[in-house]
Parts: sequence; structure tokens; C-alpha cells
Amino acid sequence: MLYDITIDGKSYRLELGRAEGRWQCRLDGQEFPIDPVLTGHDTLSVLFAGKSYEIRRERTATDTYLWVGRSGYAAEVRDPRSLRARKRKAGDESGPRKLVASMPGKVVRVLVSEKAEVEAGQGIVVVEAMKMQNEIKSPKKGIVQKLIAAEGANVSAGDVLAIVE
Amino acid sequence: MFKKILIANRGEIAVRVVRACRELGITSVAVYSDVDRASLHVRKADEAYHIGPAAAAESYLSISGILEAAQRCGADAIHPGYGFLSENAKFAQACAESGIKFIGPAASSIEMMGSKTRGRREMEKAGLPFVPGTSRGLESIEQAQQVAAKIGYPVMLKAAAGGGGMGMRLVHTREELKPALEAARSESQRAFGDSEVYLEKAIINPRHIEMQVLADEHGNSVYLGERECSIQRRHQKVLEESPSPIVDSDMRRRMGEIAVQVAKVARYSNAGTVEFLVDEQKNFYFLEMNTRLQVEHPVTELITGLDLVHLQIRIAAGEKLPFAQEGVLIRGHSIECRIYAEDPDNNYFPSPGKITLLQEPAGPGIRLDSGIYEGWTVPIDYDPLLAKLIGYGTSRTQAIARLSRALDEYFVGGIKTNLSLFQRILCDQDFQAGNVDTGFLDRLLKSKPAQPKNDNSEIAAIAAGLFAVLDSASAAASDGTPPPDGGNADSKGPSSSSWKQAAKGEALR
Repeated sequence: MLYDITIDGKSYRLELGRAEGRWQCRLDGQEFPIDPVLTGHDTLSVLFAGKSYEIRRERTATDTYLWVGRSGYAAEVRDPRSLRARKRKAGDESGPRKLVASMPGKVVRVLVSEKAEVEAGQGIVVVEAMKMQNEIKSPKKGIVQKLIAAEGANVSAGDVLAIVE
Repeated sequence: MFKKILIANRGEIAVRVVRACRELGITSVAVYSDVDRASLHVRKADEAYHIGPAAAAESYLSISGILEAAQRCGADAIHPGYGFLSENAKFAQACAESGIKFIGPAASSIEMMGSKTRGRREMEKAGLPFVPGTSRGLESIEQAQQVAAKIGYPVMLKAAAGGGGMGMRLVHTREELKPALEAARSESQRAFGDSEVYLEKAIINPRHIEMQVLADEHGNSVYLGERECSIQRRHQKVLEESPSPIVDSDMRRRMGEIAVQVAKVARYSNAGTVEFLVDEQKNFYFLEMNTRLQVEHPVTELITGLDLVHLQIRIAAGEKLPFAQEGVLIRGHSIECRIYAEDPDNNYFPSPGKITLLQEPAGPGIRLDSGIYEGWTVPIDYDPLLAKLIGYGTSRTQAIARLSRALDEYFVGGIKTNLSLFQRILCDQDFQAGNVDTGFLDRLLKSKPAQPKNDNSEIAAIAAGLFAVLDSASAAASDGTPPPDGGNADSKGPSSSSWKQAAKGEALR
């Protein structure tokens, strides 16, 4: 299997395969003799060069993180042969950006109206959870194309609140 | 002894009380709101009753709803936990009138200590030390200016009904006093429905040290040592320890004796806490009395070897304190971390949601009082406290080392938590030297976090790919299609072996 992997913004090409019960692993062309075991649905034990690594995977509504010890890494995995990956990559550049709720809560205020011009970092909606209010900010400078969040609405993590183009 | 206790609370403290009931052979009853059906306290209790919608005002704060549930299930006592109705004199009174024992002090004691100005007046009468200032609500701005001039700036304005930093203002000059008084009054009115505000001398960067007391209903009372609670953020405690690094046995005795006097003035029974502010010269002043079990009670339990919830229940059942002051021995050191669902990268904003992965620490000197489990969704409606991790050691150094080790073992995935904050606190030189005050945490958070990031990004990249292969392999296995890695038909394919490994791992634990 061949993967394009991004860890904290840095790209790697990974080849993984299995032969005679052993894993074969090449990262950016370099051989890594590893012995991995999946120990839970989101935990992995990897032995490499005599060291034991415990790796935990955390999947949120929007991102995946891998934790090696105390350090967390934002991870993205793409199969370069899949059409979806190519499409996603193309969509990553400019164009419309979604404002996504990072946690469940209630929309208490909408700070702009549709078609408004906004700066990067400008507050768009205020979401309240556990008696605290959090301003969700625009990811880019542009025009508020669509406001999906309405005042008083309950939102789940990953819900799209607005689209800025 | 009681036969059945209803726990008018939720989360880790409800689980804590369920455990005590089980140990004492008492049937435990949980109550829950619409969003708490799947909560841990409901699963752990012997019985559970629905009491209303998510909004606390209509469920965990509903006196009639809770009493109705207690009568329906035939409970003979109610444990209120902390927060919610635990310091509500009307609730204590209503329990008494319904013939159900409230596990806590009498309504009159709660009432006396519930108003900070009333508490201060009682201390004044009894000649106990409290922070200089007014012991009645301020009547006018002129009066405030007069008192402030007399005791000297800076001064603190505080809501009489206050708590958690609401209705509080620090005032440095005469000019600031008027707008601050107006702001404190309106905030207090909004938060507590009462605009009474008083004034006291501001002790800058004090320590916050509290004394645990225990009193039975036969006039016996003891103190169980202090807790250092100076590590706070937005006036909320984050980490507590006992003993305090600055309290020696003489100071402990003096503080303890005053705390017992405060309890006597309030005709107090059951477990309570007397809070003190301590200045740099180690002078201490009465601040307030909390008429309930505290969140941080486990640190006292570990250094005294006592079970405070057992004792609360025994005292409420009319038993005498089973020991005198000389019988209270303090041994070792204990530190508690309050694990909150909040995001350290977003100014510690609450972060509810689904817990996708949970690995809990264990081992020597570690206690975990938790209200969560893997797969559970933390509701948005309540306090973000998830669990308390408590470390114990024969010395403070050992307690810190054990906690630090346990924090490494602890993993909560899917939601953000403040776990990383505790590693920062425990590594801090001032903390290790015991130099803490209520400004410590704000100063620490302003400094840049030391990033001990070992560069494991290559391992992370490999792991990301391995997860992808193993995921698709197990998906394929359940589809009945061959795994994608070249059709290795060997039954030891990645998916089956990983399941076996997982099962082996479980069995070996």
C-alpha cells in the first residue's frame, strides 16, 4: 500500500506491505524495520529499533491526531491513487471555506449577516456550551456566502455554521 | 443506619457517594435529567429515577422534583454532593419537613454561612480574625469610600451571596470605586438575584488555604488538616494539595482551632470547610465557610486515612464521632488534579463531546474519582469537571512523581481536556519549591510552555499509515472480501491477529 501522509504540515510518502508475516515499511525511501500490533480500536504498539512506542489515535469531528507519548501530531492520510483524495486536494486551495463547530453547543448570537464582507479572524457566530461562550471566527477574508447557524439552534461537533468565500 | 440514600447530584461525586453506600450496605439511588440517562452515576447506582429536562433548574435544582423521587423510592436520606442544592437552606429545610434526613448541616447553619456578610458579622461577634472591611452590605458609595480610605487601597468588592468569582471587583483607587461598585452590584443581581455587596481589604496574591472540619450532632468537632488551594484560574480551583507546603504543625493547630470555633458558632454538624486567606507573613483571615463536602475532599482522605463520605453518613445517622482530635494523624502528602473538559489551546473554553478513547491510569499511590467512560458523550449542560486524579506519596516529591507518571498514562480522546496543564504545573520550579499563591496559574499561563517535544513525527507518519491499513483490513474482513494487502489469505491477517492481540491484552491486564 502506498500513502501520502501529512504530519503537522510535513509530507511523507509511506509504503507498507506484508510478506511472510512481517511488515515492510519504507518512509520517503528509507527502510524502517517495525513490529506493530493493534492493541485497541485506536491504540497501536510499535516496536522500532529496540524502543517501544504506544500510539493513540484521536478522531474528532474535523481532524485526526496521533499521539506518541505526550506529543500530539495532526495527521492526514491520502491514498494517492484514490479519486476522492485527488479531488479533496484540489479543493484545498482557495474557494469557499466552511465554518465548522468544533464542539456541540447552542448558537447564542450571529454576529454578521449573509453577504457581509469579513476579515480573516473576524467573529461570525457565538456558540455556548457549559455556560461559556465561544466566538467562531472566519477562516479567511471574504464574503459570507451562506449562514446556516440560526440563533437558538443546537449544533453538534462538525456541523457547518457558515460558508465564507 | 439508613437503608436507602438518594444522591441529588450527577457526575463523579454521585459515583463517589454510590461507592460509599455500597461499602456501607446501603441501597443507592441516582437521579438523572434527560441528557444523563447514559451517565456513569446512573449505571453504578442500585436504582435510578428520571427527574426532568436537561436544564438544571428543572432537574438537579428542583427541590420538589427531587423530594418526589425520594418519596417514590422510599429513601430515608439524601446526599446532596457539592454544587446544585448542597448549600441551599430551603432544600435542607424541605428535607427535614418531609421526614428525609439531609446529609449535611442544619438549614440554619447553611443560612448563616450562605451570606458572606452574615458570616462576617458572626465572626466579628465571636472575635475571630477576618479580612478587614465591612460586615454588612454597602449602603452608599460615600460609605464605601470612607471604609476604603480607612483600611487603605487596594480593596476588594464582593457579592454577599457570591461564589466562583462572580460579583467580585478589585479596586486600586478612589476613582475606580464607584463604577466598580455599580458593576459588582449588577453582576451580583444577575447571578444570585441579590445585589448586596460588601468591601474588604484586598490581600494581593494571597494563598488560599482551607481547613476541613467534621462535627457530629452531639457537640463534638475536630479539624482534619488543611488543603492548599492557591492554584486557581478565574477563581476556580484547579489543583489542591495537603498538607500545604507552608503550614507547620503549630500553624495547623492554630488554624484548626479557629476553624472548629467557626463550626461551633454556626452550630455546625457534618463535614464542612473553613476557608482562609493567608498573606505573605502567614497571617490568616477567615474568608467563608463552605457547608458541604468539597470537590477536593480526597486529598484529606488520603493523608488522614479517613473516609469522609462514610463519616458524613454515620454522623447524619446520629452516630458520635468515632475519634477525638488526638486521634487525627496526618501522614504523607497528597495532590489532586481536576480534570476538566476544556481546550488549553482555546483559552480553556469548555469542550463537551463524545469520548472516543479513554485510557485511565492506575498503580501505586494513584486514586481516580471519575464520572466518565469511553463512548459516553459529555453533555453541554453542566460543569465541565470530568474526573479527579489524586496522587499520594510519603513525601511531596514522591506524590508529584507519581502524579506525573499517572498523567502520562491518562489519555482522553475525542474531547479536549486540561491534562497537559498539570504536567506544566508539576514541572514548574516555583510549584516544586512550594511557592504558590492565587496569582501562580495566571503567571504560568502567560509564560511560554516548554515544549519537550521529542521528534517522533516519523513514527507518527508510519502509525498513520498502519491505522489506515489495519482499518481497511478489518472493514474488509467484516465484508468478507480479502484484505487489500495483496490477498494474504493466511488466517493470521492483520485484522484477526489484532483482535486476538487486543483480547490477550485485556486478559493480561
